[in-house]
Amino acid sequence: MPAVSKGDGMRGLAVFISDIRNCKSKEAEIKRINKELANIRSKFKGDKALDGYSKKKYVCKLLFIFLLGHDIDFGHMEAVNLLSSNKYTEKQIGYLFISVLVNSNSELIRLINNAIKNDLSSRNPTFMCLALHCIANVGSREMAEAFASEIPRILVAGDTMDSVKQSAALCLLRLYKTSPDLVLMGEWTSRVVHLLNDQHMGVVTAAISLITCLSQKNPDEFKTCVSLAVSRLSRIVSSASTDLQDYTYYFVPAPWLSCKLLRLLQCYPPPEDGAVKGRLVECLETILNKAQEPPKSKKVQHSNAKNAILFEAISLIIHYDSEPNLLVRACNQLGQFLQHRETNLRYLALESMCTLASSEFSHEAVKTHIETVINALKTERDVSVRQRAADLLYAMCDRSNAKQIVAEMLSYLETADYSIREEMVLKVAILAEKYAVDYSWYVDTILNLIRIAGDYVSEEVWYRVIQIVINRDDVQGYAAKTVFEALQAPACHENMVKVGGYILGEFGNLIAGDPRSSPLVQFNLLHSKFHLCSVPTRALLLSAYIKFINLFPETKATIQEVLRCDSQIRNSDVELQQRAVEYLKLSSIASTDVLATVLEEMPPFPERESSILAKLKKKKGPGTVSVTDLEDSKREGGELNGGGERGPDTAAMASSNASTPSPSADLLGIRSAAPVGAAPASAGSLLVDVFSEAGPAAPSAAVNDDGFLSSAPPSEDPAPPLPEADELLNKFVCKNNGVLFENQLLQIGIKSEYRQNLGRMYLFYGNKTSVQFASFTTTPQLNVQTKPVEPLVEGGAQIQQVLNIECLTDFSDAPLLNIKFRYGGALQNLTLKLPVTINKFFQPTEMTSHDFFQRWKQLSQPQQEAQKIFKANHGMDTEVLKAKLLGLGSALLDDVDPNPENYVCAGVIQTKGQQVGCLLRLEPNSQAQMYRLTLRCSKDSVSKRLCELLAEQF
Amino acid sequence: MRFMLLFSRQGKLRLQKWYTATAERDKKKMVRELMQIVLARKPKMCSFLEWRDLKIVYKRYASLYFCCAIEEQDNELITLEVIHRFVELLDKYFGSVCELDIIFNFEKAYFILDEFLMGGEIQDTSKKSVLKAIEQADLLQEVTTNPPPLPWRVGVSVLFLYKVITQIEQIYDIWLEF
Repeated sequence: MPAVSKGDGMRGLAVFISDIRNCKSKEAEIKRINKELANIRSKFKGDKALDGYSKKKYVCKLLFIFLLGHDIDFGHMEAVNLLSSNKYTEKQIGYLFISVLVNSNSELIRLINNAIKNDLSSRNPTFMCLALHCIANVGSREMAEAFASEIPRILVAGDTMDSVKQSAALCLLRLYKTSPDLVLMGEWTSRVVHLLNDQHMGVVTAAISLITCLSQKNPDEFKTCVSLAVSRLSRIVSSASTDLQDYTYYFVPAPWLSCKLLRLLQCYPPPEDGAVKGRLVECLETILNKAQEPPKSKKVQHSNAKNAILFEAISLIIHYDSEPNLLVRACNQLGQFLQHRETNLRYLALESMCTLASSEFSHEAVKTHIETVINALKTERDVSVRQRAADLLYAMCDRSNAKQIVAEMLSYLETADYSIREEMVLKVAILAEKYAVDYSWYVDTILNLIRIAGDYVSEEVWYRVIQIVINRDDVQGYAAKTVFEALQAPACHENMVKVGGYILGEFGNLIAGDPRSSPLVQFNLLHSKFHLCSVPTRALLLSAYIKFINLFPETKATIQEVLRCDSQIRNSDVELQQRAVEYLKLSSIASTDVLATVLEEMPPFPERESSILAKLKKKKGPGTVSVTDLEDSKREGGELNGGGERGPDTAAMASSNASTPSPSADLLGIRSAAPVGAAPASAGSLLVDVFSEAGPAAPSAAVNDDGFLSSAPPSEDPAPPLPEADELLNKFVCKNNGVLFENQLLQIGIKSEYRQNLGRMYLFYGNKTSVQFASFTTTPQLNVQTKPVEPLVEGGAQIQQVLNIECLTDFSDAPLLNIKFRYGGALQNLTLKLPVTINKFFQPTEMTSHDFFQRWKQLSQPQQEAQKIFKANHGMDTEVLKAKLLGLGSALLDDVDPNPENYVCAGVIQTKGQQVGCLLRLEPNSQAQMYRLTLRCSKDSVSKRLCELLAEQF
Repeated sequence: MRFMLLFSRQGKLRLQKWYTATAERDKKKMVRELMQIVLARKPKMCSFLEWRDLKIVYKRYASLYFCCAIEEQDNELITLEVIHRFVELLDKYFGSVCELDIIFNFEKAYFILDEFLMGGEIQDTSKKSVLKAIEQADLLQEVTTNPPPLPWRVGVSVLFLYKVITQIEQIYDIWLEF
């Protein structure tokens, strides 16, 4: 059928394409394209009406230019004109252009929809198909709104042609995927299920995709499809290879339909009806049997089609997970594929076996292939296949083979591709922890990990080893000895220094008896690495040093010497400088008892889910079988770290001093030692403790102990909050840094950071005048233990105050901050609202559209929802809106809302007592310049408060 | 299926079909990234790879690479045969299709793909049914006064070349087994 030669060749188009192909350079191409664009534009604008053929030709050229990767900003109108042509080819080109280049120009969409409507009602099947294709290709919400009710009718009408039915089914599927809320179930649904019985195989093939998707979402309504699917499958499986004529593909009867039927059945549990189930098991057995028959053709198409069905059948068997006989047969079949000549089959076999490994019926059968899989890990030439082999080893690992598998994975790591190293490291770390019988093996494995692939050892991994060592006193001595030895290596990875520093700081005393690892030797060893390390590691080492002073008083002089030297105490990094200064001070003024209390050994970490597991989950996304499996077996066995309840980031919190400059006191336990909570909470929910005086970063002066005692605070009552306090507060809902307040005298700047339910706020008070402020006091009206700021602020100087904040429960009122000082003779007294709002304690949560709407539905009680419709106060610029929503602290989710104009966010508000899940939806209406804001939270007061706060932001 | 790409050995994109709404900028980025990955792979490597949260299935026919992105639960092998069936359809329609046919008649290639796949799902697997739709369209079209000469019909048939290469490989494999 040499259709082209007889066809509608557009000579001008061919010439243009030739020209472009002959262009020697990118510049020449662009020049030629610009010339053509100018030509087309003038033709479209010209007075002479273009005939259909020319219009088609030019639109086609524009399309070609667009597909080359250039922008096209005109021609849409002409394309829409083509849509309404009666000539098929013109209509076809018009539709193609619209499908490829549609934008959300509402004017245009209305015209397009009109043309589509006409074609749908034309009763001309080719026109109807074109229109349906266009709807499916564009698939926008506007299209769904216009046609979602019409298409089901076309689909089930008795007189619809088969080809139109096929298009209608898939068109409806597309609309259902983009706007499920607009496709309403109804009388047509039962008739759609019966399309499974249709005589036309093409109709069944198209319809089954729709039915599968609908069944996933509404399993009950479509239950009847199970028996229909089974009987259809059984007819196909038992048919001879020639029965289905054109639907037989390389001697395999209807492979696509078979796969889809098997996929549909995976939406349901095994059939309850014995007869149906018997028939299905028969089908599955036949498929497994056929795999053993000699091939009917040598062509790869034959074997691919046949094996596609086989793999889909195995997926169904695994999904049912109830037929031990079939599971073992499946496993054996996959075992054969593991050594197949075709790389594709080896890859898929490894992948499927991974899921088989999690079934109790086939776990043992999978394990028998361990040698083959290890071999694959070593010898496969293709990294993606090796990756599958590594996954399978991970999945088949249990107590009996853990040592072998971990050793193999470790040795593979040395040569593994960079792209998969981090994941491999996580897996090794998890297996080592999960199946550790003796913890010295665990410690060895992790240290080996750091040695081999230090760059890929994420924080979670080394946090975890520290958690475990701290929680288990039987391994502490061994760990100290091993890290000490590991640190002897002339070049060791920074992560090793971190682990070493932490462990020796805690447990160095356990090996100090040996003169080869005496306290000073340990210290010198650690300090020899100091200069090669990054700031966070140095900070950690400084903490280790102060712990040494407590553990080994004999090292005090040496360490103080180190802390006192300029490179520490005047380090340009604030965090390091602060630590050096504070630790030096602490070691010189505190008594041994105080020191011992403050620097006590870390208490055991609460037993929670491994942070590494959480990380791997994040990497892999939820629902990965191997991970769930791990969790399950953990719950059953209660192996290493018991309970499976979710508690993310134990380690991240505990050692946050190493990774971020936030609360530096954690490691040392100062937080708990600091006397907080003396006064009953006034705002009730926030605990702000101000225990650091004007920090070392304040340029004014060195720390001055006298400041603690001088000048009694003025006795006047704090002023009522400024009238503009609320407005000032609102500026900070979506940002953390900036100028909070400014008048002629004083400027107050704020920098703040939040993490979980904790926050730290730096307040900078700047004297704008040239005169000294006297009796300067600042009083946060809260449950605080305050050390006043410097009472004197020199003209032009700035002082700094740090507030540490903990959110105990959710709250509505922002804490107040009262500031008093004397300027000249007059007392200044002002009260502001501290910009601490509940959204600061947001942890962003990424989720898929499906999860989002599921949770949205779960939060459906009326009081959980807060909604506001309000006029836009600022421009409705997308980027600005996005930036604000991101600043809010929750995750801004893409591709969740079917309407791309809308914004949805999700996050968890962390308070000390509980976590509050929050979902947000913001629907802008740019025509009306209005917004509708909806919040749903697991706690109603939070919905209400967030809604109030946010309504002021847009 | 999320999208299908067709590009040449030289990294020129010949056809792209997206089944979910994607911003132009993202499309370009994804195409560039994927072409780089796929073109760097050696023959005999497996036809599947994981990429972002998708599975990529690709196959080479002479100078052309056909590349599909499918979702987690989709079947890789049957996707390979989707590609093959599409090549067969092109071949049947153009009569020994070559890369130049797809360049110069890109709109036809899109029409054929649309008849075969819709919204990323198979509409019909029968070659006859799919081509019947296109054929009808060709019959409906008006005859132009002077059909253009077709200088580009000298390209190499991709399906033919694919078949020859596969046969040579098979013979080579048999020879290896001896």
